[in-house]
Amino acid sequence: MDFLVILSTMISALFINNFVVSQFLGICPFLGVSKDTKSAFGMGVAVTFVMTLTCLITYPIYTYILVPLGLEFLEIIVFIFIIAAIVQMIEMALKKFSPTLYNAMGIYLPLITTNCAVLGVAELVIDHEQMAGLIGLANASQMNMGYAVLYGLFAGLGFTLAIVIMSGLREKVARLPINKHLKGFPIAMIAACFIAMAFFVFALI
Amino acid sequence: MKTNFKKIALDGVITSNPTLKLVLGTCPTLALTTAAMNGLGMGAAVTFVLICSNMLISLLRKVIPNQVRIPAFVLIIATFVTITRLALDYFLPDIYESLGIYLPLIVVNCIILARAESFASKNGVIASAADGLFMGIGFTLALTLMGAVRELLGSASIFGIQLWDASKFSIGFFGSAAGAFFTYGVFIALFSLCSSLFKNRKKAKSYKLLKNAELCLETASTDDNKKDGE
Repeated sequence: MDFLVILSTMISALFINNFVVSQFLGICPFLGVSKDTKSAFGMGVAVTFVMTLTCLITYPIYTYILVPLGLEFLEIIVFIFIIAAIVQMIEMALKKFSPTLYNAMGIYLPLITTNCAVLGVAELVIDHEQMAGLIGLANASQMNMGYAVLYGLFAGLGFTLAIVIMSGLREKVARLPINKHLKGFPIAMIAACFIAMAFFVFALI
Repeated sequence: MKTNFKKIALDGVITSNPTLKLVLGTCPTLALTTAAMNGLGMGAAVTFVLICSNMLISLLRKVIPNQVRIPAFVLIIATFVTITRLALDYFLPDIYESLGIYLPLIVVNCIILARAESFASKNGVIASAADGLFMGIGFTLALTLMGAVRELLGSASIFGIQLWDASKFSIGFFGSAAGAFFTYGVFIALFSLCSSLFKNRKKAKSYKLLKNAELCLETASTDDNKKDGE
């Protein structure tokens, strides 16, 4: 693994191709769980954890089992089951070993199965050509599991970054007098619009 | 049991429009409205999956045990998404290309699971198919409309047909990620404004009727007439 590629993976996943504001993945929790910073941060950490684990498991299963058997078309069904199983196992493990962490993170875990950021990252890392473009690899064949897991981790952190910024904005916006038709989702969308504009600058650099 | 198709149709397309009223399935809405054609393609794919999954889930609703219903629903939806994906790849490769990663992500589109959970698992096959169809139409309409607005303002064309020279007048903002959030926000706000205006008009109408009835009552002086008027 090349140090420069690792660096560009980090910057790309965190800022330039941020999952939420430039690839539109994981918008539902981004709007649904961003009313206060504490729960937004909890959701972000939980999503990051699940995304990293998902990449760690789905990438080898796809490359070493589905592709040799010629069963690529089953990827959607296999991936969604792996994600559901991971989430279920994390929930059980947390309940048993760390009840405090479970109390903090537990309520977000069932929501993560249907979070498109998780299935999105699993689908994205197996598309070698697109990944090579995203993380700045010279050749699509250089893509390997290390980059896939790294991308999963930093895409999750990018999600956390966006949702925490959003929750801060929404906490402020909630105190303003707003027209009743703009309250709730519309004003949140317009706040997200400004975050997206800020992130857009990274693509220009 | 008689099915009220008019109510299902109105619910799906207007009163509980999945995109503009319930705000479900936001990811494809934001990502695929850069052009009207993309919105239409995504809408058609979602509608197909929605009808099929609703029908199958409604058929199997008495067989699937309650505890494992969510995984069973997800499996059914994932199967239909796989079918859609293979069919699109074969017959319409252009649309398959433009939908990209959002096509497999139909599996986790909240609209489909929400309809399976709240409608198809409680209603008959025909009603569920109708619900899938009209919810799909509501989703498609909203996406196509948003796509048309963004395409028109962002690149001066509609459904790929250039209307005027884009270098003379076009707002690049509407083609960008920030423009997607902005357009969606404005659309939801306008939708809520229109529906509240419509509701007020309806209320005013019934208020007028009530006033007329009261006038009738006042002119009818005897108690017997009053009773009839009520």
